[in-house]
Amino acid sequence: MNFANGALTEAVYYILLSLLEARHGYGIMQNAEELSHGRVKLAAGTLYGAINTLLEKGWITALPGAKNSRKKEYIITDAGRQTLLRELARLEELVNNGKALLKEESL
Amino acid sequence: MRTVLHKWFWVWDYDKEEKWLNQKAAEGLALVATGICRYEFEDCERGEYLYRLELLENHPDSPESRKYLEFLEEAGIERVGSYMRWVYLRKKAADGPFDLFSDYESRIQHLNRILWLLVPITLLNLGMFLIGLNQSLGWVPFLNLAVGLLCLYGVIRFLIRKNKYKKEREISEN
Repeated sequence: MNFANGALTEAVYYILLSLLEARHGYGIMQNAEELSHGRVKLAAGTLYGAINTLLEKGWITALPGAKNSRKKEYIITDAGRQTLLRELARLEELVNNGKALLKEESL
Repeated sequence: MRTVLHKWFWVWDYDKEEKWLNQKAAEGLALVATGICRYEFEDCERGEYLYRLELLENHPDSPESRKYLEFLEEAGIERVGSYMRWVYLRKKAADGPFDLFSDYESRIQHLNRILWLLVPITLLNLGMFLIGLNQSLGWVPFLNLAVGLLCLYGVIRFLIRKNKYKKEREISEN
């Protein structure tokens, strides 16, 4: 994953959005698919790699496990929230530019 | 009923191996265990399972791989067998399509893992061929040459595929 230019991958964006609430891995997959009306299907291997990278970055954190559950739950951190806000501003710019220029063209 | 089949696949044909296993599952034979060139099947509903192969970073029984395999289990993906660092995974077809990777980046990373396995074997055999040739060891070096060239063929196949993914990645992430 390349964060250097500030643009998040679609997978990372949806993982961070999903983790505004505590969720385990499979919950993230389901939520991303639901939010995107079935378009975004995060594959398990890709998701696992992304979760580990985000943990390293400190954008998400693992919750202390419930006693009778092996499933690990994750939640977004403040740093992750900041990242999401920056990404949202970037996406707005993309959308606004696209809308403005395409409208001009169709006039 | 158990059915045992023996078949050989080259590493660079691992997607053919996947295809073959999925075809067997479509015919009602579900892979349940693996050995060297050995595949054990049990009867299943036609098309009940989908199969995938993955080369893990670590041995399947290492703590790192166990964590990963447990994560896969959560998503309904089960390990049915392994061969060295390769694992045979399956998922119920009723749960939808089965892919391990959903973007080019992670597909490329998987190919890199395979290349790191194959490139040293290639170089080792080609190197031993050159050394053996200098020491006039008869036909032995030519065995190394044959293995080396075969692996080189595999390396080239994987490099071509990696290059294709890299080009795709330039315009789209998945």
